[in-house]
Amino acid sequence: MGKNLLQKVWENHKVTRLPTGQDQIFIALHLIHEVTSPQAFGMLKARGLKVLYPERTFGTVDHIIPTDKRERPFEDKLAENMIQALEKNTSGNNISYFGPESDHQGIVHIMGPELGLTQPGLTIACGDSHTSTHGAFGAIALGIGTSQIRDILATQTMALSKPKVRRINITGDLKPGVYAKDIILKIIAELGVNGGIGFAYEYGGNIVDEMSMEERMTICNMTIEGGARVGYVNPDDTTFEYLKGRLYTPEDFDNSIKKWKALASDKDAEYDDLYNLDVTDLEPMLTWGINPGHAIGVNQRIPIIEELPEDQRQTASHACDFMDLSPGQTLKGTKVDVAFIGSCTNGRISDLREAAEFVKGKKVNPSTRALVVPGSRSVSNMAEKEGLHKIFIEAGFQWREPGCSMCLAMNPDKLKGIELCASSSNRNFIGRQGSPTGRTVLMSPVMVAAAAIKGEICDSREMI
Amino acid sequence: MIKKIQQITGQAIPLKGNDIDTDRIIPARFMKCLTFDGLGQFAFYDVRFSDKGEEKDHPLNSPDYAGHSVLITNRNFGCGSSREHAPWALSGIGIKCIIAQSYAEIFANNCSSLGIPALIVDEETVTKLQNKVSAHPETEIKVNLLTGTLTLGEENFSFDMPETYRKALVEGKWDTTSMLMENLEAIKKKNQTLK
Ligand code: SF4
Repeated sequence: MGKNLLQKVWENHKVTRLPTGQDQIFIALHLIHEVTSPQAFGMLKARGLKVLYPERTFGTVDHIIPTDKRERPFEDKLAENMIQALEKNTSGNNISYFGPESDHQGIVHIMGPELGLTQPGLTIACGDSHTSTHGAFGAIALGIGTSQIRDILATQTMALSKPKVRRINITGDLKPGVYAKDIILKIIAELGVNGGIGFAYEYGGNIVDEMSMEERMTICNMTIEGGARVGYVNPDDTTFEYLKGRLYTPEDFDNSIKKWKALASDKDAEYDDLYNLDVTDLEPMLTWGINPGHAIGVNQRIPIIEELPEDQRQTASHACDFMDLSPGQTLKGTKVDVAFIGSCTNGRISDLREAAEFVKGKKVNPSTRALVVPGSRSVSNMAEKEGLHKIFIEAGFQWREPGCSMCLAMNPDKLKGIELCASSSNRNFIGRQGSPTGRTVLMSPVMVAAAAIKGEICDSREMI
Repeated sequence: MIKKIQQITGQAIPLKGNDIDTDRIIPARFMKCLTFDGLGQFAFYDVRFSDKGEEKDHPLNSPDYAGHSVLITNRNFGCGSSREHAPWALSGIGIKCIIAQSYAEIFANNCSSLGIPALIVDEETVTKLQNKVSAHPETEIKVNLLTGTLTLGEENFSFDMPETYRKALVEGKWDTTSMLMENLEAIKKKNQTLK
């Protein structure tokens, strides 16, 4: 029997078996940001420990950074404290840091790949659940808590149990107007928000083979929303093409390609589980509830509570009450107060290109507040060079500086009261976008653009 | 020395609901902090308080459960973010042990790192425990990680828990840094081969 990529990467990075029965895994690349790292540096200091391999950690600022007025000190004193702590912790420990002035600043999961830090076969960890994004390159990348950040800073390793691997085959023929975002929302809706607990997801099949790196990142990014901590795609020519010539890619690139190719899952690799999804009939997806598994097609109806499996009814009925939506209705025509294009799920250049292409020549509905927040400085630079910002601004969108922004509303970008937001982000949890009563409907960037223009939820394919 | 966590005795709080996510346990706006101290005041903030700061109807606001330390909840508890702020906020309100049908993986890991046992029981048991506690909040609950038993009042139940977490807690190895540090030589070798 052959091996899958996870098994190979695991073996390469295993230091030893621990007395608890877990494995001690070497973390090749560690990424940090301002929210989950200061406490870890604090713990390290309290124990008199040093950062073992500072050259393996990279930091940036994303969660709290304002996306309009970025002058220092930030207006929000707490945010200013956090960025100062990160600056101090990185410079004091010789860790590379890409701050607001850097050309490389951005959402940590967009920054890593752009710089070529994210490479096939690496183990990658970051104190952020969407670290799964980096799996798109054939890395084993996982979100960790602050205690593990401390462990990695001190030992470059962490205690882990090896996950099982579920192969997800995505096949068929994807229709125009349907995107990677719709595929991953469908997978989460089908397998459930906790269906992936204990698993790593390996994505493959003709659709994944044909996808760009950016689309693969969108899929891997939301893996965690289905309960799986790790998601990955085997490295192939698309991967190598993307990495070529980036700042941190290895010098002996051809040699690296050979090494990387050998890491891909063998043809006869073993899997613990298999799931097939044909996306030929898939339509744009939307969420109607309060977790990413509450997703349906744009022309489908919200499920009737009594028809759901019993253990889902309670959450579903709470979700309908909270969202002020009724079972059996479609979401089309629901008024949209805010439209948000951005986040580590859909804040990359291809997302902005697709949305801009759709928006061109149209106008945002006067009752909708619409904003585009590029995922990184480099995305925003590219977009501005291509004139995408002008298209958005002319249509009535606000064009912002890079950061996480309204994905989790730790900066000034927030929903107010019961506002409903069409959002290209990844979580529709209650309170996620900054108002305890604010409502989030997740969808692809093009669907967000359509919602902004119509002022209500609609099928973008009917507006072209 | 790290404390061995083998037995917990206290009283429980029934917190009904599936998929209670980390944004609910501690809303992101309260995470602008440089230490984990004092997060307890924000635990479940948006479900405990109205936007005017008035207390809402929530088990954590009820005098019936004041000072109780074992949280009994349902399926997929702690899903969402990797923020360790969530278990710290629970710890800040005095939670020493959690009982649920299942947990999000990162959350369970974070609980273990903080020395909070996260026990797994089946749906029937959760319902029974929650009902019993609602009817008689004062009932004593005892958890024994060595024997794998859980006692509520006079009644015994069994629970599950990943062996690695159980072992780490009962042997006092839940603080992973010192355990990992023991293999520094092997780490250095690995670093060389992976350069
Ligand atoms: S964009 Fe959202 S999900 Fe991504 S890292 Fe930022 S806050 Fe987390």
